[in-house]
Amino acid sequence: MSTPVMHKKKKFGTGTIWTVLAWILGLGFFFPVLWMVLTGFKQEADAYSDPPKLFFTPTLDQYRAVLSSGIGTALMNSAFATIVSTILVLLLGIPAAFALSLRPVKKTKDVLFFFISTKMLPVVAVIVPLYVIVGDIGLLDNIWALIVLYTAMNLPIAVWMMRSFFLEVPSELLEAASMDGASLWTSVREVILPLVSPGIAATALICTIFSWNEFFFAVNLTAVQAQTIPVALVGFITGEGLYWARLSAAATLAALPVVLAGWIAQNKLVRGLSFGAIK
Amino acid sequence: MTTTEVRSTDAGSDEFVPRSRTISKAEGWRRRGPLLPALIFLILVTQIPFLFTLYYSTQSWNLVRPGSQEFNWLNNYVDVFRDSQFREVALNTVIMIVGTVIISVILGLMLALLLDRKFIGRSLIRTLLITPFLVTPVAGALIWKTAMFDPVFGLINFVLSPFGVEQIDWVSRFPLAAVMTNLIWQWTPFMMLLILAGLQSMPKDIAEAARVDGASAFSLFRELTLPHLRRFIELGAVLGAIYLVNTFDAVYMMTSGGPGVASANLPFYIYQRAFLGFDIGQAAAMGVVTVIATILVSTLALRLIFKSFSGNEEAA
Repeated sequence: MSTPVMHKKKKFGTGTIWTVLAWILGLGFFFPVLWMVLTGFKQEADAYSDPPKLFFTPTLDQYRAVLSSGIGTALMNSAFATIVSTILVLLLGIPAAFALSLRPVKKTKDVLFFFISTKMLPVVAVIVPLYVIVGDIGLLDNIWALIVLYTAMNLPIAVWMMRSFFLEVPSELLEAASMDGASLWTSVREVILPLVSPGIAATALICTIFSWNEFFFAVNLTAVQAQTIPVALVGFITGEGLYWARLSAAATLAALPVVLAGWIAQNKLVRGLSFGAIK
Repeated sequence: MTTTEVRSTDAGSDEFVPRSRTISKAEGWRRRGPLLPALIFLILVTQIPFLFTLYYSTQSWNLVRPGSQEFNWLNNYVDVFRDSQFREVALNTVIMIVGTVIISVILGLMLALLLDRKFIGRSLIRTLLITPFLVTPVAGALIWKTAMFDPVFGLINFVLSPFGVEQIDWVSRFPLAAVMTNLIWQWTPFMMLLILAGLQSMPKDIAEAARVDGASAFSLFRELTLPHLRRFIELGAVLGAIYLVNTFDAVYMMTSGGPGVASANLPFYIYQRAFLGFDIGQAAAMGVVTVIATILVSTLALRLIFKSFSGNEEAA
């Protein structure tokens, strides 16, 4: 009896250490976010206390203040830019991914190369002409300028990612469909799209994360009318001094939608971030 | 690169994918059709502005002086290389990218190893760990600047106070390190996810056989795990570097590049030149220099991604 039990005990011991360590590190990395969320429910006096207060009487005052300060416009702008650009990415990207996987064009390799190479062009290199061009066509401080840029920003990732899903469609299924006399369009609609729809959903969520969080284009090309939520956060600091509790509430509101999107898409996150290279 | 070709022509049935040389002209266009809108859109939005950047970079043009625009050969480039601040900023950019990538990879590897075993609450911990990467970077930078690093009520000083640390203003004393701390916090989850995917794709039977043969945990890790993880780590590092070249939010929020240009990176410096100094020609020339520098990294990146991964079942 003694040997197996001891062996088991020892294994249990080291295992516990690793588990505890994983928990400590996980909570440690999450802690700054947790602190932000907590601070959003504090009164300003509690937010600035030294030593920091972990226990306090929660209040919704900060959220009320934030929502009445006109952050709603920024939230709407962000939502609009994110949703419309993601739809555009899918409309442009799904056919492109199809043409680069299941019915590949010649020079598929070169086109894929071009798509990914656009992601490697640092955006600072084009911000100056973009500012001038967008100004010339009268789209400064207009949400559509951001929509076009976010579509271009996410399209390469989306095409690569969706292509990796299309490549997983078993060729037997397509053979069977075409032998049954299905037209190309029918097999796309009836066979391919249902199979790749989880992949398309994950792609959309990843585009959502990138568009919602984007700051560089937004801060340079918008002002008041079209400002998105990250830009509005900056306004909270410069406009009203530093009200940390209120700022935390605003930051929590800003981060919440994408954190949720990311949690939902977490199993496909790697695939999107690695351009479909890692599954 | 050859793998891509082979995979893509094998992907469909023969009916769907005739060999490329037998594709008729009409069929070729039918295939190209779905691709064209995306391709044209991307060329228009990303390539045309860059041509303008090239053109502007040869102009002496300051927006505060209307009518000042004139061709001045390569003088902007000469100025860029004479600009000692530009050199400092370029060095900052390299330190920021390389430092962040290396530390995030090490931390990400540790976290991935911890998560590559079954324990209670594993998926919860994984979910919590990826959160820093998802949080809006502007909000993340705010948390670090204020809640963590504030000299008076910041949590870092509170935690360190038993050790005799007195109200250090971290962000102004160590601006670059403070920005990098925020970036490492943000990018470690990314590295962890990539490396974890690598660990989970490892064939378990080989490790099991080695363990039966009496290999120690450490030698297992060094001889089997690390070589297998190598390309995942390489890919993570390269992709991380590509994303990090564009770092702007963290610098803008935490230090505004200061003091002086001590914590400015290229995107922030170019932004300052263009939108605060209104010097279009100079900013454009710096942009071009940044692109040329990035091409070196990108070429490596592309080769890696194509060589070891594209459509490669091993990575599944």
